[in-house]
Amino acid sequence: MTYRNDPYDPKQVALLDPAALEQAVVEAEKSFAEAVDLDALAAVKHLHLGDRAPVSLARREIGALPPAAKADAGKNVNQARQAVQAAFDARRAVLEAERAARVLREETVDVTLPVDRRAQGARHPLTVLGEQVEDLFTGMGYEIAEGPEVESSWYNFDALNMGPDHPARQMMDTFYLKTAAGQVSKDLVLRTHTSPVQVRSMLDREPPIYVVCPGRVYRTDELDATHTPVFHQVEGLVVDKGITMRHMRGTLEHFAREMIGADIVTRMRPSYFPFTEPSAELDLWWPDHRDGPRWIEWGGCGMVNPRVLRACGIDPDVYTGFAFGMGIERTLMLRSGVTDMRHMVEGDVRFARAYGMEV
Amino acid sequence: MRVSLSWLREYAAVPAEATPLEIDTALVGAGLETESVEDLRERVSGPLVVGRVVSVEELTEFKKPIRHCHVEVGEAEPRSIICGARNFAEGDLVVVALPGAVLPGGFAIASRKTYGRLSDGMICSARELGVSDEHDGIIVLPSDVEAAVGADARPVVGLDDVVFEVNVTPDRGYCFSVRGIARELAQSMNVDFRDPAALTVAAEATGEGPYPLRVEDTEACPRFALRAVTGVDPKAQSPLWMQRRLTHAGMRPISLAVDITNYLMLELGQPLHAFDRAALRGTLVVRRAHPGEKLTTLDDVQRVLDPEDIVIADDSGVTSLAGVMGGSTSEVADDTTEVLFEAANWEPVSIARTSRRHRLVSEAGKRFERGADPELCAVAATRAAELLVEYGGGVLDEHVADVDHRRPAEAVRLDAGLASRLAGLDYSVEETAGALRTVGCEVEVDGDVLVTTPPSWRPDLTDPADYAEEVIRVRGYDMLTGELPNATQGRGLTRGQRRRRSVGRSLAEAGYVETLCYPFVAPEVHDAFGLAADDVRRRVLRIANPIAATEPELRTSLLPPLLGALKRNIGRGHRDLALYEAGLVFLPKPGAEDLPVPELPVDRRPDDADLAKVAAVVPDQPRHVAVVLTGDFAPAGWWGAGRAADWTDAVAAADTVARAAGVELTVRQGEYAPWHPGRCAELLHDGRVIGHAGELHPEVCEALELPRRTCAMELDLDALPLPGIVRAPGVSIYPPFLIDVAVVTDAATPAAEVSRALSSGAGELLEAIELFDVYSGEQVGEGRKSLAYRLTLRAGDRTLTAEEAVAARDAAVVVAAERVGATLRSV
Repeated sequence: MTYRNDPYDPKQVALLDPAALEQAVVEAEKSFAEAVDLDALAAVKHLHLGDRAPVSLARREIGALPPAAKADAGKNVNQARQAVQAAFDARRAVLEAERAARVLREETVDVTLPVDRRAQGARHPLTVLGEQVEDLFTGMGYEIAEGPEVESSWYNFDALNMGPDHPARQMMDTFYLKTAAGQVSKDLVLRTHTSPVQVRSMLDREPPIYVVCPGRVYRTDELDATHTPVFHQVEGLVVDKGITMRHMRGTLEHFAREMIGADIVTRMRPSYFPFTEPSAELDLWWPDHRDGPRWIEWGGCGMVNPRVLRACGIDPDVYTGFAFGMGIERTLMLRSGVTDMRHMVEGDVRFARAYGMEV
Repeated sequence: MRVSLSWLREYAAVPAEATPLEIDTALVGAGLETESVEDLRERVSGPLVVGRVVSVEELTEFKKPIRHCHVEVGEAEPRSIICGARNFAEGDLVVVALPGAVLPGGFAIASRKTYGRLSDGMICSARELGVSDEHDGIIVLPSDVEAAVGADARPVVGLDDVVFEVNVTPDRGYCFSVRGIARELAQSMNVDFRDPAALTVAAEATGEGPYPLRVEDTEACPRFALRAVTGVDPKAQSPLWMQRRLTHAGMRPISLAVDITNYLMLELGQPLHAFDRAALRGTLVVRRAHPGEKLTTLDDVQRVLDPEDIVIADDSGVTSLAGVMGGSTSEVADDTTEVLFEAANWEPVSIARTSRRHRLVSEAGKRFERGADPELCAVAATRAAELLVEYGGGVLDEHVADVDHRRPAEAVRLDAGLASRLAGLDYSVEETAGALRTVGCEVEVDGDVLVTTPPSWRPDLTDPADYAEEVIRVRGYDMLTGELPNATQGRGLTRGQRRRRSVGRSLAEAGYVETLCYPFVAPEVHDAFGLAADDVRRRVLRIANPIAATEPELRTSLLPPLLGALKRNIGRGHRDLALYEAGLVFLPKPGAEDLPVPELPVDRRPDDADLAKVAAVVPDQPRHVAVVLTGDFAPAGWWGAGRAADWTDAVAAADTVARAAGVELTVRQGEYAPWHPGRCAELLHDGRVIGHAGELHPEVCEALELPRRTCAMELDLDALPLPGIVRAPGVSIYPPFLIDVAVVTDAATPAAEVSRALSSGAGELLEAIELFDVYSGEQVGEGRKSLAYRLTLRAGDRTLTAEEAVAARDAAVVVAAERVGATLRSV
């Protein structure tokens, strides 16, 4: 069959022959099916759907037919053409889907390759832990108080009921500043605790006072696995009407649960601080301690000594208060199992990076 | 204070079945924290018996002398034992570990052949048993030891005991004694207590004392007692039980007289001194030291005394630093036969000052500083003399000196409801009075007021709150169940506190790792930084007692410690580093030292003027932020090479900080040590320099042994104002018009000025300006550069036409021409 190459001859009506039309459809379907990709399909499209395709030529013949025959022939031709078009569309859809799948396959990458193309920063876990403490207490309605690290000895000692001859003052291992003349300054020390911020808070504010103060403090300890001359404490102070030791205990239990874990067991035992009376230590029960289950000291606390309240202009007959001080290093050591103090202070980037942005 | 359970049991009726843990808990409940609990019964397992040496054969064929002994251990036949020690003889009682025993350190004793003989056990030294550090030969027991041959030797050497190490808080001076700890333990366990001080009846002072005495300063010395014993056998040894107790307390037995003073100090809390009466000259005087007077104390240090020091002196000079440490001249010696015991009470503040002045911490000073019980002086002196008579074979001198200037303790009127008010639990008047009597107070109930007098051993009980603590403690702190108070006025973080967090977080997100450096600095760093002689950063605060003598200064810049951390990291094999720190620097206030600092009161609020005077001498401590960086900032990897950190990163870090802080910084070319003079950006806010950023000076890197081209930024965070409320921008919905413009300027013209000029010229339509190319070379001529910008123009109410855009661009160029001499680059 070589009609495709035959010149057009209007007298030839063989094109309208149903068998011929059917043959054209079959040819087209076969041709499309043989197209292996969209390019091949495009290349054969005109042979079956173009102006000179058999179904197109057949349509032109219809005009020459007698009116009675037109309707029938038209219907046949249209059906044939629709069949060819449908065959083409179906094939194209298949080939397009194949191409899309191939492109995706070809674009596959190894997603396990390293992707850290930016330097990895981190915050120091002590900073982050301090902020968590702040958030816990601001959530309870406390404010964050602040004070200087080089502190006047009146704030660091005297106002806290530690006069110059108080034994506790000698036990504080204080860094003293030097005067320009080289003498030991009587007035300035590196604060040995965050408690001077208590004094500042009471002088600055009227009760009710609910503050916490995380900050750096200094003691003349050599750096080793369990000591550092520069460390962080968080101080808490509440002064209000009707504040009791039970409030202190409740607050510290809540604090311990939030910082260490919901099932933490605490113990409050009598202790001594010049600036609180009664005074206590809060211990945590540590069942997994490497030397066996035991109580671990977490921090000191107590009812603000009336002498301290008086030095800050607060009437102890009207107000009572409690204060506490916890080591942030110690809390981090307990919480995330830090075994050596030096890791927290030497600034090795591996330590902070292990925590990233949270603790 | 270390104390053995057997000693405590002598005075506190602790039930036999109480475990060390229960006792520990009771001590802690009373406020006596235990540092350690050592159960000595666990030290040695297996057979450890008393033996008698039957025969000693000296073996001489070996390098060192060896003894082959036969030791009777309560069996049918004596055992053959080899021993290297030589401090014993036939007939001596010794301690023998038999095969099957395990000594401290897992040292198992077995029968074995050694030096050609059978060794069927071991004769032990104190150190081998873990009893003390004594290793001068084996233990030779006194012949009258209260144990039969073959009996268990543990009770004899004290290995049947438990030793508690108790931390004593500064208010509880009386707990530096068995008397005090036993009292607390008995109270805490609710068992009977027997006061060891009540076992001795002190004789009344006699007209003439055992030695001439004059107490000149009765303020500093409220009580002074003397007793003497004559005809003492200088060779007499302390009884074994006393040696055991001293050893358990961590003290070495020395001689009978000295051991007695130490023993009674531990038992009663009353320090004593033993003089050789024959060595004293003239009258014993208690007085203040004379200026320039000297004393060689028992620790072999010659000390120049201060006129405030209280001393005990005789005609030959000062014999001891009262209440702190004795001198060597009148100390009992090997041949002393006349012993004079001194037991005095000293005023705590004076003792504290002397201790501090001479940096002398002694067992006696520790007790007097915290307040010793003045009731005990005569008791302790008498008991010491009695013990010396009993064990040293002497004769008691009937003369008694007791110079007594004690003042009666003051009664306090106590609101009976105070404990309830502080604790949040109810304590009845009866319970309160009862608790106070339990701790030794005298209490009179007067309605709701308790008139309370503290016992002689509790000088710490002065304020009502002190008594309230006792009441709460006696019922137990564990009764205080927790509840939360209602804080109702929270305001959250301040803007400044929030800003500090944002800054830290932003730097960390940008790739910097936070380090928290010590603020201690070596003076040499200022030279290494190339600071001028008058640079303000050389004006530092110094620490009088620094941890490291080489680092006595407090930082005036964050960079020296931060660069130290950088180096430490490099030393640990890190190459690509970006660190940051936010912290205080310490800046002395000029002239602050010359300001008078008032003595502030502590019994009332100081007035504001005085507080301001104190504030005036406290140094400025602004919070700075700094970064340092070296190596690659963007890491290398399979994607290609990394990007080395450079000055732009340092400046960008400043920008990160500023953005987090909600302010805008301007940047200007600067020249400031320790930065590279050509690569230093001055950071300004509102026309004021608040920091610097860029590459460090090559000489600084060299001097500090830092990698070349290390970069840094530091700025004063506190100098940045807190941002106000941000006004919302208009957001145009019309399309932008992008138009490029290249201008040529003098090479030295800062790009920032050019863009500022262009921005101002482009006017309101300008939404953004981006420098996308910097070119210098032939095409623009020597000493010139071309800066190519992309302007994003947009109107709020319409789509811009090309004509409007071009007009805006042209206007920009006109202003740039006016301000910085820029010309439009012709392509």
